[in-house]
Parts: sequence; C-alpha cells; structure tokens
Amino acid sequence: MHLSLTAVCKTFGQGRAAKQVLDTISFEINSGEFVALVGSSGSGKSTVMRLIAGLDRPTSGTILMDGRPITGPGHDRGMVFQKYSLYPWLTAADNVAFGMTLQGLPAREVRERTGYFLEVVGLQDAAGRLPRELSGGMQQRVAIARALAADPKVMLLDEPFGALDLQIRESMQEFLYQLWNRTGLTALLITHDLEEALLMAQRVHIMAPHPGRIVRTVETELDRSDLGALRVDRRFLEVREDLARCLRGLSQEAVTPLPPV
Amino acid sequence: MKLSAGLRRRLDHPWVLGVLGILTVLVLWQLIAASGSVDRLFLPSPAGVLAAGSAQAEAGILLADAIASIGRVLGGYALSMLVSLPLGIAMGSNRIICRLLEPLIGLIRYMPAPAFIPLLIIYFGLGELPKVLLIFIGTLFFNTLMIMDAVKFVPAELLESALTMGGRRLQILTRVVTPFIAPQVIDAYRINMAAAWNLVIVAELVAANEGLGKRISLAQRFLRTDEIFAYLIVIGLIGLVIDLLFRLVLRRTCRWAI
Repeated sequence: MHLSLTAVCKTFGQGRAAKQVLDTISFEINSGEFVALVGSSGSGKSTVMRLIAGLDRPTSGTILMDGRPITGPGHDRGMVFQKYSLYPWLTAADNVAFGMTLQGLPAREVRERTGYFLEVVGLQDAAGRLPRELSGGMQQRVAIARALAADPKVMLLDEPFGALDLQIRESMQEFLYQLWNRTGLTALLITHDLEEALLMAQRVHIMAPHPGRIVRTVETELDRSDLGALRVDRRFLEVREDLARCLRGLSQEAVTPLPPV
Repeated sequence: MKLSAGLRRRLDHPWVLGVLGILTVLVLWQLIAASGSVDRLFLPSPAGVLAAGSAQAEAGILLADAIASIGRVLGGYALSMLVSLPLGIAMGSNRIICRLLEPLIGLIRYMPAPAFIPLLIIYFGLGELPKVLLIFIGTLFFNTLMIMDAVKFVPAELLESALTMGGRRLQILTRVVTPFIAPQVIDAYRINMAAAWNLVIVAELVAANEGLGKRISLAQRFLRTDEIFAYLIVIGLIGLVIDLLFRLVLRRTCRWAI
C-alpha cells in the first residue's frame, strides 16, 4: 500500500465567495505506518481526510493510491468518524458485519470475521446489543471493528476519540496503538490533540490554518513499550512542548485580541 | 387537595386521565339530555344513541357500512403508502428529482382533495374507483413530502460510512436510508391516515350506496340524529383503533428508535 498526496489544493465555493481551505498539501503514507495530522480547527485536516476517502474531490493536485488516482470512496480506505456513526437499528455484531454484507461476502465468512473483529476490539460479549446500549468508548470500538472488517488498506481516523471523556480517551489511545502494533494496519490519524498524535504516530504533520497547510513534519522515535510511562517521559514532554509552542504561534495569527475595555 | 399516595399512583397511569376526560363528557351529555332543556331531536340521550347504534348493528347495516368504508380507505391508502415511499426517497436523495417535483407537489397539495370529487365522478362514474382515487391523491403528497423530509435528515456520517465500506448508491438507499427513516415513515402514515378517513366520509356523503358517510347523510334526511351520533362515534372509534395499530407496528418494528 502506498498513498501519496502531491500539491493538493482545495477551494470551496466559487468567484468572490471562494474560500481556499487547503494549500499545496503533500505527504505520503506507506504500508504499516501510523501517520498523524495535527492542527487546530480550520486547518483543513478533516478535509484532507475526506479527499483521501474520496468523499470530496481536490481542486488541484493528485492523490494516488498504489499509483492510481482516487475517483471516489471505496472499501480500501476505511473511515472512523468523530461522531458515533454506528447504525442505530443494528446490533454491534450486525454493524461490524455491515460492510462485508455490502460487499457480498458469503454468510459464513461474514459470521466468522464478525466474531473475530468483535474479539479484536474486546466486545464479543456485546455482540447482540444495540449501539444506544453501549458506552461512547464501546461504540467507537465497534466503529473501529466495523471499519477493519470491511478490509481497508488504510484506516482513516477522524478525531476518533474527540467525543470521549479524558480517562476513556487515554485507554482508547492505548487500545488503538496496541491494535496497530498487533495487526500491522496502516493508519492516518486526524487530531487536535498533540499528545495523542505523538503517542501513536511515527510521523506527525503539523498543519496551520487559513488556508490549511503543512508547516512542520516530525519523525518521532520514541520507546512505545509503555504508553502510560511515555506520557510523562521527559523527552516526550520536550517534543510535545516544542510542537505545542509551534501550534500556539500559528493560532495567534488567527485570533485578533479583544479591544481594551 | 391532598391525595393518598396509592390514589396518586393510580391516577398516574397514562390512561386514567384520558378515560376520565371521556367519562366527564359522557356524564355532562347525559345530564343535559335528561334535563330536557334541549330538544331530543337535536340532542339524543347517550342511551338513545346506543339503542340506535345497536339496532343498526343487529340489522347488519353497521357492519356492512364499516366494511365498505374501511375497504375504500385501505385500498386508496395502501396505494398512497406504496407510491409515496419510493417517491419520497427519490426526492429526498436526488436533487434533480426534488427540484423537478417539489414545486408541482407543493401546488397540488394546496388543492383541497374534495374539490377533485366532481372531476373524479365525471372521469370514473360513481363506483369504487373514484373514492379510492380520492383517498390516494388526497394523501399521496402529504406522505411523500414527509418522507422526503425524513430522508434529508439522515446523518451524513451514516451515508459516508457505508460509502467507505464499499456501499453502492442503491445499497445505501435500501440498507441505510430506508431503515433509518422507517420510524418517521410509519409515523407519517399514521398521521395522514386521519386525512384518508376524512376523505372517505366526504366521498360517501357525495355519492355512495353504502358506507358510514352514506348512512349519516341518509340519517339526516330522516332527522335521525341518534343514528348520526352513533355513526360519528363508530367513525371515531375505528380511527382510534387504526391509530393504535400504527403505533403497535412502530413499536414492534422499530424498537431501536423508541
């Protein structure tokens, strides 16, 4: 799997109402990598993800998946949304099976793979429950299992834990990292949370807003054997603080200070 | 006023107050009728209405009328449900179809369906077809627009998730849009059923050999207000049963949404 973006620009609207949201975005993802895009709101990071998913088209530039341009959505690029996007009328198991049944897999294979992926996310006991009967964290785990079960070559994660409260978010981050470590999936994570990005991703792109562009790229070489310890590791905190300062500098351009009273 | 805890709990049952409201009206009705202050011809007593109703029922007329009316409603409304579902989904999910049809439907919707009766009689005579068609055209556009609105509010994430799992357009309509809107569709059907029930009575008042509306118009000719009251109550009761049936279907089929 090789995904490459070259000089991708995106403008919404036309004429005087036109608004450029992405300015010459270029980066690559190779098989098995975990890459993160970090930026404040308005940095267009979600737009990048939608372009890769094929849900929107770039105004200019090319996005290639294994050398072929992306023309629309497909199951080779799985997506997990910030908002819980499970089908509320389907049980957890039926949600996981959903993509496979869309693709017309034989019923036996669907059953086996559903069981397998529910086990991967540790929710085999919740198979028969409806989404509304699951906690937020459990719902996102089902959403991840559902995306994995559709057999993607790359997983696009759009602020997957943004709606969860802090403690659950931390355990979900560890869960996602272990999942990546174990299954060798390829992942692109979109987040505004620097810690989250640095914890998991080997490469972090920092995006600036208005228009969205990549201003800095960091290769992280960190010991990830214990994420809990890594969170408070001195070198980790230094890198994080350095990037946080960079992000703060970017957002100060955008915010006009209040006039004195 | 102080109520004991037990009584208060019993009053809290959702049906208690509703039944109480109906009983109050019945008692008031009985009192006014018994006082003799209103002419019996205008206001028959509850007992008189009950007697008139049972006389009609024993003669088999009530049942025949009810079956005739219900049959027309079922025919016309089934057709309306059948056509409005794909039409509403098509309009809600396709911008071109929506722009093409929405002004047209918006216009026709404001033409009162009973005003079509003379035309329908000219086209199709006095048989069952014009009555069924009246119910069909009188409810089709309401159903369609309500279904269209439901489709427009399907969350984008649900559609896009299916797309990123390899879903094709038709699959998304049948496997995401349709199940998601099912509760709203059933509810729209339930609400607009009242219009179907209105229209069948109107159609029968104009021209019919039997039916609940026809019987009311005959009773008027003979000044049988007790029969009119009895038939009105029967019409209300049948409507209520149909409403409850739709609620039951909703509860049975869309457990996730309740």
